[in-house]
Amino acid sequence: MIFLQTLLVRSVYAAILLIAVLVLNFSMMHLAPGDVADTIAQANGGADAEVLEAIRAEYGLDQPFLVQLGRYIGNVLQGNLGYSFYYREPVTDLILQRIPATLLLVFSAQIIALIIGVFLGVVSAQKPNGLTSHFVTFIALFGYSAPVFWTGILLLIGFSLQFHWFPVAGMRDVTIEGGLWIKSLDILHHLILPMVTLASVFLALYSRLTRATMLEQLRTDYVRTAYAKGVPHRKVVYQHALKNALSPVITLAGLQFSAVISGAVLVEAVFSWPGLGTLAFTSILARDTPTILGILFFSALVVIVGNLLTDLAQKLVDPRIGGKG
Amino acid sequence: MRHIFKGLMTATALASMMATSAHADEPKKGGTLVTVLGSNVRNLNSAVQSGIVTGFPGAQLFASPLRYDENWEPQPYLAKTWEVSEDGLTVTLNLVDNAKFHDGTPLTSADVAFSVEVIKANHPFKSMFAPVESVETPDAHTAVLKLSKPHPALMLAMSGQLMSIIPKHIYGDGAITDVKAHARNNKDVVGSGPFKLVEFKNGEHVILERFDDFFIEGRPYLDKIVMRIITDPAARAIAYENGELHMGAFESLPRIINRLKKVESLTVTSDGYGAIGPTDWLAMNTTKGPLSNVKVRKAIAYAVDKNFIHKALMQGTAGDSTSGIHPDSPFYAAQDGYDLDLEKSAALLDEAGFPVKDGSRMTLTIDFGWPGVKPQVEYVKAALKKVDITVEVRSSADFPTWAKKMGTGDFDMSWDTVFNWGDPVIGVHRTYDSTNIHKGVWSNTQGYSNARVDELMALAAVENDLEKRKALYAEFQAIIADELPVYHTNTVPYHTVYNTDKVGNPPIGIWGSSTPIDMTYLK
Repeated sequence: MIFLQTLLVRSVYAAILLIAVLVLNFSMMHLAPGDVADTIAQANGGADAEVLEAIRAEYGLDQPFLVQLGRYIGNVLQGNLGYSFYYREPVTDLILQRIPATLLLVFSAQIIALIIGVFLGVVSAQKPNGLTSHFVTFIALFGYSAPVFWTGILLLIGFSLQFHWFPVAGMRDVTIEGGLWIKSLDILHHLILPMVTLASVFLALYSRLTRATMLEQLRTDYVRTAYAKGVPHRKVVYQHALKNALSPVITLAGLQFSAVISGAVLVEAVFSWPGLGTLAFTSILARDTPTILGILFFSALVVIVGNLLTDLAQKLVDPRIGGKG
Repeated sequence: MRHIFKGLMTATALASMMATSAHADEPKKGGTLVTVLGSNVRNLNSAVQSGIVTGFPGAQLFASPLRYDENWEPQPYLAKTWEVSEDGLTVTLNLVDNAKFHDGTPLTSADVAFSVEVIKANHPFKSMFAPVESVETPDAHTAVLKLSKPHPALMLAMSGQLMSIIPKHIYGDGAITDVKAHARNNKDVVGSGPFKLVEFKNGEHVILERFDDFFIEGRPYLDKIVMRIITDPAARAIAYENGELHMGAFESLPRIINRLKKVESLTVTSDGYGAIGPTDWLAMNTTKGPLSNVKVRKAIAYAVDKNFIHKALMQGTAGDSTSGIHPDSPFYAAQDGYDLDLEKSAALLDEAGFPVKDGSRMTLTIDFGWPGVKPQVEYVKAALKKVDITVEVRSSADFPTWAKKMGTGDFDMSWDTVFNWGDPVIGVHRTYDSTNIHKGVWSNTQGYSNARVDELMALAAVENDLEKRKALYAEFQAIIADELPVYHTNTVPYHTVYNTDKVGNPPIGIWGSSTPIDMTYLK
């Protein structure tokens, strides 16, 4: 019951947040000089003045700002995200086509980063000054400080150019014929490099945090008691200490969700991954306001849902956390 | 000396032998060509959308009346023959009688008339068909274009991606101006070109497949074309190198071009960009401040070392450009450059009334519209410092921000790239026409106005005699190079990259990849 109440309160906040996101971004887009007519001219290699005017009139860009904003918000409230100026397709269609690719990338990267990050954190916490621990720290800091597009290109040069192990770009090889199984394997084959690239940033965060909380847990009384009772080391570490060390890691993972999505924009651009990131990138360059706002709307939605899931996950690992959030 | 000469002889003999053996290759049928588009496609219907990204798939899906050989001579395509009347006011196209659209419907003169109407109403280049008043259709395979004045530019405008014939029975179901938003511009596209659309996934790929009823017997050679959309130039370079891509066009980063040239399996060529005609220049706003004085503009040209731009910035990948018309065009008349001469530059600035005061003669701004040309802009700043001109570099957040400044004349200098688009009437006049001042990006943004230049362009636009037309454009180019509304520095180093052992007959004619690749094959 408390949970339902939380959900309701959260939904109201979410709705207010979403409208704020739209109004704010619409205004900011409007403040910038130039508009989509210029980028359409650019895509055409030039356009005559009358054509530019016709485009502006068609999209209502010649109307006063408040009229444009009012029209847009009105449409959104009716569940209509509008038409892309640039692609002339419904924004919802454009986004829905791209969402699966981004979710696949973001979730797989997040899961990989969590599993490996936590594992490395646990390993290095057991001998904090050992060689393994230093090695883990090095790898983690390297992944964290290198820009993702650079890591991406580096992996491409290594594993696509030198070894031919992985494809360079895209999400599937359309020349491959075969059933669902073969096609899924093909997608997995394409997924690995972008996933590792995106995970490399967050892996560092998770392994560092796990290491710190694990060190803390391993010094607590209940761990000493467990050892005194004769519980084997492995069991103490993975069943007792880790369970308590995980809670802050999960909080962080939830908070990082928006960062993972924005990281995906760059990773998608490097690997031509056909997700929301590449769409966001091209739409921003094209000044395609309805598409950009649509993407922001969906991203905000994903972050809100992500945070909600984090709360749920926390309750699972730590029952002491209450219902109010 | 003799040794070198002998060595050269052998090399040439060897090269010509290799050339003959390459010609001896019989085109093979079948196979899937994997190629690439460098940015997302907005619209596949090239009757309503221009631009190089639409040009490649557009020219495969839709056929045009003419095509051109590498010597800029028109060749039959949908039109098997054509005549221009004595007075130049009537152009008759005799269409092939076996052309069909991808849905099986025969292509007729009514489709040609319809397409002209659609292009006139929707295409961004109004000058292409502005003089075409009507298209008469005396029979199903004859289309007669009636012109209000002679219009030699029509010939190039009827080729490449510029005059795509689209089916009236598909695209004619609404108002003419609605065709630009037609639902079948990106889905279930129907044309009469050598390939038909299988699938277009925005941001991912365009897949085309051989059209078995194509009107040229035995063509196309390829079974399938996969055009992948890869926007990152570094990723594309790796994909050429490891063989994932057989071919690609419009690669323009000097560093990447030079790297790919060293890869043994690849051929990297700058052929195929004459008609698109991309040139780089330093734009100078002639409407305000010191730059309204032609002596100041000349002083700047003398102070900017083109040699440095070619060698250091373009790393030897770009050609020279001196006159606003692309050097590959038959209308190009090379002009004497402004070789680096700092003394002359300083003298001109003194003459113009800009002596050095407190270490500087004047302060000018310079803009750029995309990050790729920032080195050029920084170089201009450094070069002009030597003649005591202070330059402030103004960055623009993105293309529209810059386009707005240019389109409204809110700049002193800017780096710019503009395409010729075939005939000078289409892509060159717009920059110098005094009736086209400050009408958006790539109009006459420099505010240049010269009555004789206007007159020459007007005369050249209606001159059907090629030699007389060339003479008019030669005079035009001489004035432009002398008055310098823009200082022409180089051609854009676009290159086509293909796998030498795999791709036969790549599209490197005057229109490059904006032509049907019905003759391209996989070895």
